[in-house]
Amino acid sequence: MSTIKPYLRLSGLEPLIVRPETNFINVGERTNVTGSKKFARLIRENKYEEALSVARQQVENGAQILDVNMDDALLDGVVAMTTFINLVQSEPDIAKIPIMLDSSKFQIIEAGLKCVQGKCIVNSISMKEGEAKFIEQAIICQSYGASVIVMAFDEKGQADTKERKIEICHRAYKILTEQVGYDPQDIIFDPNIFAVATGIEEHNNYSVDFIEATKEIKRLMPLTKVSGGVSNMSFSFRGNDHVREAMHSVFLYYAIKAGMDMGIVNAGQLVVYDEIEPKLREMCEDVILNHKNDNNEATERLINFAETVKAKGKEIVKDDKWRNTTVEERLKHSLVNGITDFIDADTEEARQKYPKPLDVIEGPLMDGMNVVGDLFGSGKMFLPQVVKSARVMKKSVAVLTPFIEAEKELRRQAHITAGTVNEEGAGAAKILLATVKGDVHDIGKNIVGVVLGCNGYDIIDLGVMVATDKILDTAIREKVDIIGLSGLITPSLDEMVHVAHEMKRRGMKLPLLIGGATTSRMHTAVKIAPQYDEGVVHVLDASRSVTVAGSLLSNEQKPDFLKTINTEYLKLKEDFANKKSAKQYLSVEAAQKNKVKIDWNNFTPVAPTFIGTKIFNDFPLEDLEKYIDWQPFFIAWELHGKFPQILSDEKVGSEATKLYNDAQLLLKQIIKEKWLQPKGVIGFWKANSNGKDTVTINNNSSLINLEFLRQQIKKVATQPNISLADFIMPAETNKEDYIGAFSVTIDGIEPHIKKFEAAYDDYNKIILQALADRFAEAFAEALHEKTRKEYWAYATDEHLTNEELIKEEYLGIRPAPGYPACPDHTEKYKLFDLLGGKEATGITLTESLAMFPASSVCGWYFANPESKYFGVGKIEKDQVEDYAKRKNMPLNEIERWLRPVLEYDA
Amino acid sequence: MDIRKELQKRILIIDGAMGTMIQRHKLEEKDYRGERFKNWHKDVKGNNDLLSITQPQIIEGIHKEYLEAGADIIETNTFSSTVIAQADYDMQEIAYELNVASAKCARNAADEYTRKNPSKPRFVAGAIGPLNKTLSLSPDVNNPGFRAVTFDEVVEAYYEQIKGLVDGGVDLLLIETIFDTLNAKAAIYSIKKYFRDTKQKELPVMISGTITDASGRTLSGQTLEAFYVSIMHAKPLSVGLNCALGAQEMRPHIEELSQIAGCYTSAYPNAGLPNAFGEYDEQPHETAHIIEEWAANGWLNIVGGCCGTTPDHIKHIADEVSKFAPRELPVTETELVD
Repeated sequence: MSTIKPYLRLSGLEPLIVRPETNFINVGERTNVTGSKKFARLIRENKYEEALSVARQQVENGAQILDVNMDDALLDGVVAMTTFINLVQSEPDIAKIPIMLDSSKFQIIEAGLKCVQGKCIVNSISMKEGEAKFIEQAIICQSYGASVIVMAFDEKGQADTKERKIEICHRAYKILTEQVGYDPQDIIFDPNIFAVATGIEEHNNYSVDFIEATKEIKRLMPLTKVSGGVSNMSFSFRGNDHVREAMHSVFLYYAIKAGMDMGIVNAGQLVVYDEIEPKLREMCEDVILNHKNDNNEATERLINFAETVKAKGKEIVKDDKWRNTTVEERLKHSLVNGITDFIDADTEEARQKYPKPLDVIEGPLMDGMNVVGDLFGSGKMFLPQVVKSARVMKKSVAVLTPFIEAEKELRRQAHITAGTVNEEGAGAAKILLATVKGDVHDIGKNIVGVVLGCNGYDIIDLGVMVATDKILDTAIREKVDIIGLSGLITPSLDEMVHVAHEMKRRGMKLPLLIGGATTSRMHTAVKIAPQYDEGVVHVLDASRSVTVAGSLLSNEQKPDFLKTINTEYLKLKEDFANKKSAKQYLSVEAAQKNKVKIDWNNFTPVAPTFIGTKIFNDFPLEDLEKYIDWQPFFIAWELHGKFPQILSDEKVGSEATKLYNDAQLLLKQIIKEKWLQPKGVIGFWKANSNGKDTVTINNNSSLINLEFLRQQIKKVATQPNISLADFIMPAETNKEDYIGAFSVTIDGIEPHIKKFEAAYDDYNKIILQALADRFAEAFAEALHEKTRKEYWAYATDEHLTNEELIKEEYLGIRPAPGYPACPDHTEKYKLFDLLGGKEATGITLTESLAMFPASSVCGWYFANPESKYFGVGKIEKDQVEDYAKRKNMPLNEIERWLRPVLEYDA
Repeated sequence: MDIRKELQKRILIIDGAMGTMIQRHKLEEKDYRGERFKNWHKDVKGNNDLLSITQPQIIEGIHKEYLEAGADIIETNTFSSTVIAQADYDMQEIAYELNVASAKCARNAADEYTRKNPSKPRFVAGAIGPLNKTLSLSPDVNNPGFRAVTFDEVVEAYYEQIKGLVDGGVDLLLIETIFDTLNAKAAIYSIKKYFRDTKQKELPVMISGTITDASGRTLSGQTLEAFYVSIMHAKPLSVGLNCALGAQEMRPHIEELSQIAGCYTSAYPNAGLPNAFGEYDEQPHETAHIIEEWAANGWLNIVGGCCGTTPDHIKHIADEVSKFAPRELPVTETELVD
C-alpha cells in the first residue's frame, strides 16, 4: 500500500518538500526593510522594479524560501506588502520558491497571504497576547493554507532559557494540533536566537540554550521544524561582516546538528565552516558554545580579534599611544574616556604592582575619578560621560573585590588567632538613597547615585517605594552619613515631610538631602526644613549633589554651609508667607459663576465610534518611535536645550550626539528584540456636567461623578476661572456629551535593568529607563492621535507633524489626575476603574497613587475645541470644603492630597 | 448517504459537459430570457447558468441523461454563477438565486434516480468555477503588479455562491477548472468561513485543477505538485484534473497525482483536443479506452468528462472502469519512519 509521508510541504510555482535528508534550508533575508538598508530605501522610494532584483539575487544565491518583511514605521506595510508580493508573483524566476511572510503586524501578514497562490510560511505568531489571540491567528493562517512559525514567546515574554523555550513550544504545539487542527509538520518553531558576546554575562549562554532547546523540541515533536533569524546572534559585531559570517557558520554548524531545519540568512554570505581560518573559528566556537568564557574571556578574545579585522578592513586609525603609558595613566585615561576595553587587564596589572588591592582603588582609580569629578564640576564633562566613567570604575572594582575580600578574611583569621580586635576603619562616607513610599520613579535617583559613587562615596540604594521606617532603620544600622530622598509625584512631598519629622523624633543627627522632579527649594524651605534641625538641603540636580555632599561631610565646611542654607530657607519661607497675602481669591461660588462660557446651543458634540473601553496589547513598539519627544530624554541626563538643536550645541553638542547615538542603538535593539511591551487602554463614555465642577459619567447606566477643581485666583475682567468641567456640556442642555480616558504603560523593563546592573552598566540602564519613559509618553501621544482621528474621530482630517504633536497643536486635551489642571490624585481610582482596572494594562496604583510600572501615563480625554491645558493654581478652604463634601471624604484627608495647591496652612 | 463509503467500493462516475449538451438545444436569445427577463437591458444568450431559472426543464433533462448514462455525481449548472462572472450580463443580483435554482434542478434529478435504485446513490456536486478575473495574473502587460480583482472581492463572490449551493441542497462542493490557484484558495477560504460562520458541518470538497498545456503547469505557472501542496489545507475529499487536455495528454499528470495525493483522485478530461473548428471529435469508445488503462493501473477514484463529452462518453467510461477496483487511499503516516 502506498503511503504519504508527513513532510513539511511548501510551494511557490514549484514545490519544496522538506524531507529528513533535505539539507538546511536557506531563507533569503535581504527582502526585509528592517534588515536591508538598500531594500528599505528602494521600497520607500517606490522603486519596486529594483527591489525585485534584490529578491532575484537572493534566489540566484541559493535562497530556497524568500522572507519578505515590510515593517517600517514610515511605510504603509499593507500596501507595500501587497504591491511587492503581487510583483513577485509575476516573476517566475522568483515566484518559483515559497514565500515567508514576515511581520510583527498580523494585518500585514494577512495582506501577503491574499496575494500568494503557493503555500507560504507565516513568520510569526505567538502566545504573547494569550491563547485566544494565538488561536484566532492560527485559524486564519490555516484558512489560507500557510505553515506557521511559532515564536517562543508567551504572556510572560520571550523565552531565553532552554527550559522556557521548550515549555512554550510544547504548549503551542498542543494548542495547534489539538484545538486548531494543525498538522504537526506545518508547525515551525522559532526558539529565539539572541545576541551573544554582548559583554553581558547572562547573554553568553543564549546560543547554547537555543541549540539545546532545538534538540529537545525535535525529540519531543519530531515532525515539527525549527527555524530562526541567525544574524541576530552576531548583533554585537555589526559592521564587521568578516566576523559575523564566521559566527553564523559556526552557529549553524552546531544548530543544524541539533536539528535546526531552516534559518533566515543572507544566502550570499555564508562561509563554509571548514574554510574559516582556524583561529577565528575556535574563537567563534568558544563564544557560541560558551566555552572558556568565565568573565567574558571568550567574548573579549573575539572582540579583540574583531578590532584587528576591522582596522584592517576599514583602515581605522586608532590613537592608542596612551596604551604605552604607565598603568596609572592608562587607568585614568580609561576612566576619563569611559573605555572598558582594557580595564580588566590594566586593573590586574595595577593590583600586582601595588601592595594591597585596596591601594589600587584609593590610588590610581580615585585619582582618575577625581579628574572626572573636576571636569564634571567645571562643566567640561557631562552626565552621560560621567556615567560611562562610573561603568569603568565599577568594572575595575569588580576585578579587585575578590582580592579585597580574601585579604579581609586573612586579617580576620589573624585577629582571631592572635586574640585581637579588628579595628578597621569604616572607609568611605556612606550615602543612603531612596525613592519614598508610594513613588516608583528612580531615574534621577539612579543618576545621583552614580555621580556620588564616582566621587568616592559608598552608595546604599534602597530602590523605590521605601517606607520611612526602613529608610531610617537602615541609616542607623549602616551608620550612613547622609540620607537622600527622591520623588516625582506630588504626594511624595508629604512623605518627605514625614521622613524629616520622624528623623527629628528619633533624634537623628545626619543631614537630609531632597531631590526629584516634584521637589523644589521653596517646598523644602517652607515644609520640610522646619521639621528637622540637623540640616535639610534641596539638591537641584545630580551635578550639585557632589558639592553639597562634600560640604556636609567636611567638619570645617559643614557649620557654615548649613548656616547659609538656613538663612536662605528662612528668607524663602518669609517671602512665601508675604507673597501669599498679595493675591486675591474669589469665593468658590463666584469662581463657578465666572466659568468658561461656551455657546452650547450652537455646538453638537461628536459621538465616539464606540462606548466602553478598547485595549491595545499588541501595539507595535516600532510604531511609537516616531512619536518620541527627545527633549525630556536629554533633560533626564541634565543636558538642557531644545531637540534637535542640542545635538549641534556648541558646548554639549558632541556629548549630546554621542548620547543620542547610544540611545538610538539601544532603541533599535529594544525594538528588534522586543524588550518592551506597550500596553494601553482607552475608553469613552456619555457624560454631562452639572454646570459647576462635577461631571457625571453614565457607564452602563451606573452613574459616576468625576470631581474637578476650579481656579480661584481673581482674574482680570473677561478671563474665566477655569475648571475642566467647563469643557463638558451641562445636563441642562439635554444634549449628550462625552468624556474619554486612557492609560498606557511600558512593560517588560525589569529583566533588562537587572542585566545591565549585573554588568555594572548604569549608563545603558539609565538610557533604558529614560527610553521606557519616552515610550510611555509616545504611546500616550499615539493613542491620543488615534482617538482624535479614528476612535472618537472628532478630528478626522488632522494632519500634524510630530513637532506639532509635541507642541500639542491639536484639538482636545488629555490632562492627568494629579497634574495642574486636575491636581487631585485620588480621581485616578475612578479613571482606572472605568478603564477596567489592573486587568486592562497591568498598571497598579501605589498608596501615593503613583502608577507602577513607572513608565506609565494616564489621563482624561476632552474633545471640546475650547478645551485647553491650564493650572488650577492655589485654592481656598471654601473650595476644599465643598470638594471634600462632593467626594465624601474627610476634610483633613483631602487636604493632605491637595496640600501642594492649598492656599492656606492646613 | 455517505460518498466515502461508495468511494471505497468502486470508481465513481462524474457527469460530462453541460455546455455541449445545452448547445444541442440550439437555444436563442428569447429562450435564454424566458418570461422573467424578456425586457432585460442586455443580451443574455450564452449565459448558460441562467437556464436553471428560465428553462429548468432543459437543465434537469440534461442531468437525467447523465444519470441514465451511469453518473454517480452530477455537477450543478453554476460554472459562472457568481457576482463577478454574472457582471458580463449585468445579472450580479441574481447570483445567489442562480445557485439555488441550479442546485434544485440537480437535486430533483439525482433524488429521482436514487429513489429508482437506492443501491446506487447519486450525489450533487455544487460547481464552483474559476471566474473570468484572476488573482495571480495582471490583465495589463505593462503593469504586472496590477490586479483586476481583490482576494476579498473573490471571497465575497464565492461565499454567496456557496451559500446558494448549500441552501439549494448540494451534497458536495466542487472547485473546478482551476487555472489560478489563488482563486481556488479564495474559494477554499470562503468555504471554511461559510461553514464556520453558519456552524454547520463542512460538506466534502472536491478540487480539480487545470493543466493548460504540455508545460505541465497551470495557467498561473504552478507545477502539479505545487498546485496540490497549495490546496492541501482544504483537506479535500478528492483532488484531480479537468479540462484543457484530452485524456491522452492528461495521462502523465494523472499518474503523478495518483502517487502524491493523500486523498481520492479525480479526472475528467475533454473529449480530446478541439479540431480547427473548435469542435471535439474524440469518440466515446476512444476516450473510454484511454481511461480504462488508468483504472487498470489503480490511479482513479472519480472519473468523467469535460468539454465535448456527452452522455454517450460517460456511459462508455462507466462501462469500462466498472471492471476495476478503485484506487486505494494511501496511508498518511503520522510519524517519521524510514
